[in-house]
Amino acid sequence: MAIGGGLLLLAGLYAPASFMAHFIVFVLAVYVGVQVIWNVSHSLHTPLMAVTNAISSIIILGALLQIGSGNILVIILGALSVLMAGINIFGGFMVTRRMLAMFQKS
Amino acid sequence: MEYGFTTAAYVVAAVLFIQSLGGLSGQESAKRAVWYGITGMALAVLATLYGPGAGNWYVSLVMVAIGGAIGWVVAQRVQMTEMPQLVAAMHSLVGLAAVFIGYNAHIEAATVAGMDETARHTLTGFAALLAHKSPVELTILRIEVFLGVFIGAVTFTGSVIAYGKLAGKVDGKARKLPGGHMLNAGAALGSLILLVVYVQTASVLALLVMTALAFFIGYHLIMGIGGADMPVVVSMLNSYSGWAAAAIGFSLSNDLLIVVGALVGSSGAILSYIMCKAMNRSFISVILGGFGGTTGPAMEVTGEQIAIDADGVAAALNDADSIIIIPGYGMAVAQAQQSVSELTRKLRAKGKEVRFAIHPVAGRLPGHMNVLLAEAKVPCDIVLEMDEINEDFPETDVAIVIGSNDIVNPAAQEDLTAPSPACRCWNAGRPSRSSCRNAVRAPGIRASRTRCSTRKTPGCSTATPRYRRAPADDRVKTKIE
Repeated sequence: MAIGGGLLLLAGLYAPASFMAHFIVFVLAVYVGVQVIWNVSHSLHTPLMAVTNAISSIIILGALLQIGSGNILVIILGALSVLMAGINIFGGFMVTRRMLAMFQKS
Repeated sequence: MEYGFTTAAYVVAAVLFIQSLGGLSGQESAKRAVWYGITGMALAVLATLYGPGAGNWYVSLVMVAIGGAIGWVVAQRVQMTEMPQLVAAMHSLVGLAAVFIGYNAHIEAATVAGMDETARHTLTGFAALLAHKSPVELTILRIEVFLGVFIGAVTFTGSVIAYGKLAGKVDGKARKLPGGHMLNAGAALGSLILLVVYVQTASVLALLVMTALAFFIGYHLIMGIGGADMPVVVSMLNSYSGWAAAAIGFSLSNDLLIVVGALVGSSGAILSYIMCKAMNRSFISVILGGFGGTTGPAMEVTGEQIAIDADGVAAALNDADSIIIIPGYGMAVAQAQQSVSELTRKLRAKGKEVRFAIHPVAGRLPGHMNVLLAEAKVPCDIVLEMDEINEDFPETDVAIVIGSNDIVNPAAQEDLTAPSPACRCWNAGRPSRSSCRNAVRAPGIRASRTRCSTRKTPGCSTATPRYRRAPADDRVKTKIE
C-alpha cells in the first residue's frame, strides 16, 4: 500500500495532469472491481467470466471513434475490431442469460 | 455540449456495468444484472455513435449487425460443456481488437504529426484529440499504445492456444521449445528494448517486431501449461483482456474504457487467485508452468478397495438418509448429468437429503460444475461449496464421487505439500461408505500429481479402507425403491 502510494506520487511528479486524471479513474476502478468481485457467488463464476467478456468488448468504442478516419487502413482495422467486439457483445450477453436462466431453486 | 452528453452517458454506463457485476452475488439478482450490462453497453455504443468523432457510422452499424448475428447464433448453439472453449475464443477476439485499435492509434498519431498547423484545426474526433497533445503527452501516448498492443497480442495468441487445448485441437500436455522460460524472458526483454526505441522514434517497425514477439510469448506461455491448470489460464487471460482494454482506454483518453478494463482485469485476477489457492499453488508456479507432467512418485495405496456393483450402490442409497455427491469433470465427459439429476430427484422424493459438494477447481472453468448441474435441472440451493460442506461429511451416510478422483485426494489432509485441499468425502458414513463411480477409466487430468492414483487402479483408488468402487452406469437410479 505504502509502496503503491509512493509510486503514485512519483508518477504524479513527472506525468502531466491529463494523464493523472485518467490514472486516478483507473486506480479507483480497480478498487471498486476488487470489492465487487469478492462478493460474487462462487457458483456464478462461469456467468461472471462470460459477462466480463461481453463488457470488455467496450473496446468497441475505440474502434467506433477511429473508423471515421480518412485513412483506409485505419477504416479496415477499425471495421474488423467492431466486428469482433460485436460478436463478443451479443455472444457474451446471450450466453450469460442462457446460463443464468438455468439456475432454479427447488 | 455534445461532449457533455457522451460523458454523461459514459458515467451512467459505468455505473450500470458495476451494477451488473455486483448483481452476480446471488442467483436471483443475477438475472436482472445481465440487463444492466446490456443497457450499459447499448447506451455507451449509441452515445458514441451520436457523439462527435464517429464518422462512417454506417460501416460500424453493418459490422455490429454481422458480428451480433454471429455472436447470437454461437451463444444459442454452444453446449454448456463447451463453455471453457467459448470463453477462451472470446478472449482472443478482445485481444486482437486491442491490437488493431492500438495500431490505428499509431497510424493516426503519425498522420497528425505530419500535418501543419492549419490542417490540424480542421480535424475532428480522435485525430483532433491527438493534435492537441503536448510532447510529454505524446510520449505517454506511445507507451500506452505500445502496452495496449503488447497485452492484446499476448492475450490473442494465448487465448487461441487455450481454446485449442480446451477444444482438444491442440495437445493438452505442457510443451515447451528448447530454452523454455529463457525464450519468454528474452522476448520480454526484447519488447522492453523496443519500447524505448518506439518512444524515442515512433518507428512502426519497432511496433511490428514487438507484436511478433508478443504473439510468440502468448503462444509459448500457454503451450507450456498443462491441461489441469486451464481454469487458471482462462481466468488469467480474462484478466489480460481487461488490462488490454484499460491500456487502450488510456491511449484514447476514454475513461469508460479505463473503468471497464480495470473492472474486468481485477475480476480475472481474483478468479485466478481463487483457483490457485484451491490448488495449493502459487500463481507464479502455474504461469511458469511445467507442472502439467508427472511430478514425484505416486503414494503407496493403503487400505482396501472393494468393488461394488450398481445393486450395491442402490442398496446403500436406499439405506441412507443423507447423501453427498461430489462431481468432477469426468461426469461431464460421460454426459452423466441427466442421470445424476434424475437420481437426485428420486432420492429427494423419498425424503432423503441429497447435496452436492463442488470443489473450487472441479470442471474446466471456475464455476463450471454449477452451470452443468443447473443445466441438468439440479436445484441450485442443494449445490454447495467445498468449504461449506466439508464439515458435514462425518454426519453423512453415503458419499458418491463421480469422475473426480483428484479433488477427493485423502493425502491432502495429512500432507501439506499435496496438490490441493480436498473434499473430505472419506469421512462420510455411519458406518462409513463411500462409492466412487468413475466414468473414465484413466487418471484424471490432475491425477499425475495426486497420490491416490496408481497404475493398478487407474483413475480411482483408495487410501482408506471402506472405500468402494462402482461401475458408472445408469442402473443405479432404476434400483431405488
